[in-house]
Amino acid sequence: MNFDFSDDQKQLRDQARKFLTEKCSPKAVRVVLDGKAPYDKELWKGLAEMGFLGVAIPEEFGGAGAGHLELCVIAEEMGRANAPVPFSSTVYLAAEALLIAGSDAQKKKWLPAIASGEAIGTLALFEGKGNPAPKNVKLTAANGVLNGVKKPVADGAIADFAVVAARAGSSGREADISLFLVDLKAGGVEVKNLTNLDPTRGQAEITFKDAKAEPLGAAGEGWSILTQVLDRAAVLCAFEQVGGADRALEMGRDYALDRIAFGRQIGSFQAVKHMLADMYVSATLARSNSYYGAWALSTNAAELPEAAAAARISATQAFQHCAKNNIQVHGGMGFTWEFDCHMYYRRANAMALGLGSLTYWEDQLIDRMRKKNAA
Amino acid sequence: MNFDDTPQEAAFRETARKWIEANAPKELHGELSKSSLGRIRLANHDIVDVGKAWQKKKFEGNWACLHWPKEYGGRGATPIEKVIWQQEEGVYGKLTQPFQIGEGMCGPTVMAFGSEEAKRRYLPKLASGEEIWCQLFSEPSAGSDVAGLRTRAEKKGDNWVVNGQKIWTSGAHYSDYGLLIARTDPNVPKHKGLTMFFLDMKSPGVEVRPIKQANGMQEFNEVYFTDVVIPDSQRLGTVGDGWNVSLTTLMNERMSIGARLATGVPEMFEFCSDLMLEDGLAIDDPAVRSKLASWAAKSNGLKYTSYRTISALSKGERPGPENSIGKLVSGMMLQDIATYAMDLQGAAGVLTGNDEETAQGQFQQMLLSSPSMRIAGGTDEILRNIIAERVLGLPGDIRVDKDVPFNKIPTKGR
Repeated sequence: MNFDFSDDQKQLRDQARKFLTEKCSPKAVRVVLDGKAPYDKELWKGLAEMGFLGVAIPEEFGGAGAGHLELCVIAEEMGRANAPVPFSSTVYLAAEALLIAGSDAQKKKWLPAIASGEAIGTLALFEGKGNPAPKNVKLTAANGVLNGVKKPVADGAIADFAVVAARAGSSGREADISLFLVDLKAGGVEVKNLTNLDPTRGQAEITFKDAKAEPLGAAGEGWSILTQVLDRAAVLCAFEQVGGADRALEMGRDYALDRIAFGRQIGSFQAVKHMLADMYVSATLARSNSYYGAWALSTNAAELPEAAAAARISATQAFQHCAKNNIQVHGGMGFTWEFDCHMYYRRANAMALGLGSLTYWEDQLIDRMRKKNAA
Repeated sequence: MNFDDTPQEAAFRETARKWIEANAPKELHGELSKSSLGRIRLANHDIVDVGKAWQKKKFEGNWACLHWPKEYGGRGATPIEKVIWQQEEGVYGKLTQPFQIGEGMCGPTVMAFGSEEAKRRYLPKLASGEEIWCQLFSEPSAGSDVAGLRTRAEKKGDNWVVNGQKIWTSGAHYSDYGLLIARTDPNVPKHKGLTMFFLDMKSPGVEVRPIKQANGMQEFNEVYFTDVVIPDSQRLGTVGDGWNVSLTTLMNERMSIGARLATGVPEMFEFCSDLMLEDGLAIDDPAVRSKLASWAAKSNGLKYTSYRTISALSKGERPGPENSIGKLVSGMMLQDIATYAMDLQGAAGVLTGNDEETAQGQFQQMLLSSPSMRIAGGTDEILRNIIAERVLGLPGDIRVDKDVPFNKIPTKGR
């Protein structure tokens, strides 16, 4: 058994950490947090130059052709740095959808552009309240054009193209749902920026009015493709969440060592120590579940649906737990805009919803475990 | 990243599997499989008898205490080979319960601190199951603060004379030998006046009294010592160095207890899959699903955490600190799961018999037993301290008794 990343992959992680420590300091994140830029363009360019955007994209489509384990270690570092770039939308969602279902021409058009940092992509799935479900897709597709509203769309305001889930039939079944590729810079698309929990990653409302769209994948298979995309993204996001959880735990630990109250380091009080120990437990469970998810993702194993759901649940809980208790360890200073704690708190809670809520993934895990037990 | 054995590991697994296939007591397989919550129930056999038979067979086949050196009854196996053996031994591993303290704690301490003669005399018989060992550490006034123990050992010529009381001693009633830590000097600070010994549990003056536990069972004992004589040759380590010696034992305790943990998740999943509530199956109920999924994710997390540890062993590396979370997570989870299963049973949940409504009372038994999971082998609070101090590097507690002679430490709260 070798349930660990290889030395090369660990080296890549170190390389990503070093790069992000230099190029993505909390100060840099704050430029986007304070609304002075929609995302960190310089960082995005740098990520492309490092080959990180295309690390899992095959060489024939302009990527590094390394693989998904390599993408996982980079994802962890992106989460750790709270990077204010459309990495998850572009790399985990849009690129994965193209890799799974794109035609050769579609891959040739978009994947090299993603890898080089020229194109930002996203997934337009949600339409207001609710979790991923075929019945929640109301936007229609007919005669090559889309009509309807998607909200919220992560990084929608800065994206060049979107993978859009649309209703192309009226049978009332899952097969009504198909996926489409839309060039967001073309006509028939209106984009409105929305305020959201985590300003370091934008959310938008996109209105499609007879917007030209080309099918992505076979008609009627939209939902099954989407399910695969969400599972793969769940594992990759779990690594970001693990990275964020670890960083929040470290911040809390460091503060507990530095801060003196009642004449002692506050980290010498059991109430504080035990809180931090529990954060370590959550983060460790999340990391181990995510490793299993990484294995399933990289080998395209039959266990992926179950592994992805467990990783998603565990990582969501861990990041939320660590981010909120990090503020608690910091006391009043943790509640200031000046301290970085709230950036992780915001990111943790925004990420908990992005691919569907915790409740949604808990539901998924039970369904998938039952399916396995029945088989 | 893969779950495959190396060629050497695969060959070892194959050898182990074949031997188990040919030698295991298959007639017990069913009952052992059902004893899934840490409670072994055999209708027609005593666990010590069948355990000894299996241990002896393993010893003769060279599979007992297999990570020990050959000259002391082991096989000289690597840590990863021990893990593979445990995986293959499967439910039969439950038969090793009477020997776990000996193999996991007493044996390693004798191995580290005993004389060559003692090692050759005692370790092979421990490995073969012929002699069972228990651990005599905790006392009524020294639980988490085990260094506060009061059992006295006084030197008389070439012997030591022991007086005092130990508690929570698993298996003392069927043990042949005991590993004993006692206070040899009360005039120095508490950690400095301790010494480690081993003794024959049949020695005059040793009295074992069973403790009736909160769950109604009797698995632990009190052990009283009245003028018990121990030869100086049965001392382990130097006089006054008992605390350091005990750290070897306790480190092994946490590793061996963490090895086979029950979480209650498989039982709960099965229970919820079959339980009919007013609106349908429990597993279709949103509230049930949410809790069950969280527990399943935690339990998977523990499993994959152990895989990470195994991977480190396989590569010949020292496992990381992640292994320390096992008992802390599973103990609390077991208790929460039991409580919730009974909540789903409603009024009938109060019944502890062999009732159909309560799935034969398994969660009731789990509820009553689970508090001990959160205490034995390090309380939840001690484990959190260990994680905080050794993993996260936070400061140790302020110890007001650290530099005070033991006999000057207050003994009453008020």
